[in-house]
Amino acid sequence: MYVLRLAATRFAAFCEAAYGVVEAVMHGLEPLARRVGYDRLERPMAAVESVTKGLIFDCRMCGQCILSDTGMTCPMNCPKKMRNGPCGGVRQDGGCELAPTMRCVWMEAWTGSRRMRNKAGIAKPQPPLDNRRWGRSAWIGHLRERRGE
Amino acid sequence: MTAEISPLSGEGSRFARLLRSGKFVVTAELAPPDSADPEDTYRRAVLLADVVDAINATDASGANCHMSSMGVCALLTREGYETILQISCRDRNRIAIQGDVLGAAAMGVGNVLCLTGDGVKIGDHPDAKPVFDLDSVSLLEAVRKMRDEGRFLSGRVIAAPPRMFLGAAENPFAPPLDFRPMRLAKKIAAGAQFVQTQYCFDVPRLVEFMDAVRQLGLHQRCFILIGVGPLASARSARWIRSNVPGVHIPDHVIKRLEGSADERREGRRICIEIIQQVREIPGIAGIHVMAYRQEGWVAEIVREAGLCASPT
Repeated sequence: MYVLRLAATRFAAFCEAAYGVVEAVMHGLEPLARRVGYDRLERPMAAVESVTKGLIFDCRMCGQCILSDTGMTCPMNCPKKMRNGPCGGVRQDGGCELAPTMRCVWMEAWTGSRRMRNKAGIAKPQPPLDNRRWGRSAWIGHLRERRGE
Repeated sequence: MTAEISPLSGEGSRFARLLRSGKFVVTAELAPPDSADPEDTYRRAVLLADVVDAINATDASGANCHMSSMGVCALLTREGYETILQISCRDRNRIAIQGDVLGAAAMGVGNVLCLTGDGVKIGDHPDAKPVFDLDSVSLLEAVRKMRDEGRFLSGRVIAAPPRMFLGAAENPFAPPLDFRPMRLAKKIAAGAQFVQTQYCFDVPRLVEFMDAVRQLGLHQRCFILIGVGPLASARSARWIRSNVPGVHIPDHVIKRLEGSADERREGRRICIEIIQQVREIPGIAGIHVMAYRQEGWVAEIVREAGLCASPT
């Protein structure tokens, strides 16, 4: 959903706030999630994320969401899967080196990040992907991480 | 200018020592041959020997298959050249790359340039699988971890860590222009100690980039080398502009080539003038000459620009 993805960047500040709400709700429900069991929640949550984030952000389900550091633009839409900023091949009109009709994902990410409160996130070096987490729920992963699992 | 960099870094690198001495350095790109004969590599290196401080061996640049950067660096290091290993993330995953870094260091290679790499689509094997397991920033962090912490990404201990001088690339001429200085800062935070830029044909744009770089103090934390190179003709300039990713050539440069009687000579003239202008910009530590298929002209260009390199 390319159009929605562009809108997400345009309304990055709103998306950031909405995400803040989702995050607060998730943390509030954490004790319940723990009682049900993270493992049992993994698949239904992944399904919810796949539909919602897929629709709004063209989410590729890498399982390690960094939208709030990347201007609410999913960097996994970059043909080179760059999570740390644009490559040197961006065309003068802002087009992608490999898919000239698509605007570089990082052009959107940069614009979006300037509209957000978290302006510094885009400058933070991101670690390499854990390739075992493809297709899994990023939100459950986030809760697990917070619990130090 | 002396940049503050980790004392562990680049122990084995003559290139690092030259930069720290404050010399305006010259590096050049060597295009690896399509050949298993070492002589083909030596022949290209000899053309650069007298005028450059270090030689970059490209890693399947433009996603075209050639002898590996590792192979070229191994050959040239044995002959006494100072080499810069280029690693692109396009063709190898983190297991292969970390192994290569150890292998290169063991063979005496002291410098590594960490790149993301061009996409496979533009090269001679568009049917290949693009890897991109790491990107330039996570690659820098990985090699720095190997060097400074003596550990692989997995955390496993390395008996003798590779003493690499770490480099990155940057393109001050590609959009989003206002993000580029911050992106360089990110690479420095990830471990970059020197940076080699994409071709500069637009000096005013470089001046703007360097203003921002100095404002952030990045020139004091990293040695910045500006990429330059001769254009062979107006026709080739147009071709490069539309086919080589990330190369920005302003119209006035192409017009100047078209208006000259000897386009090849004019291309070299433009290159020399750009080098001289680049030298005047504060915070620049050297130039990086990329003379694809014109390696024979590098010596003349460097000398005419008034730069005299130490013997490698």
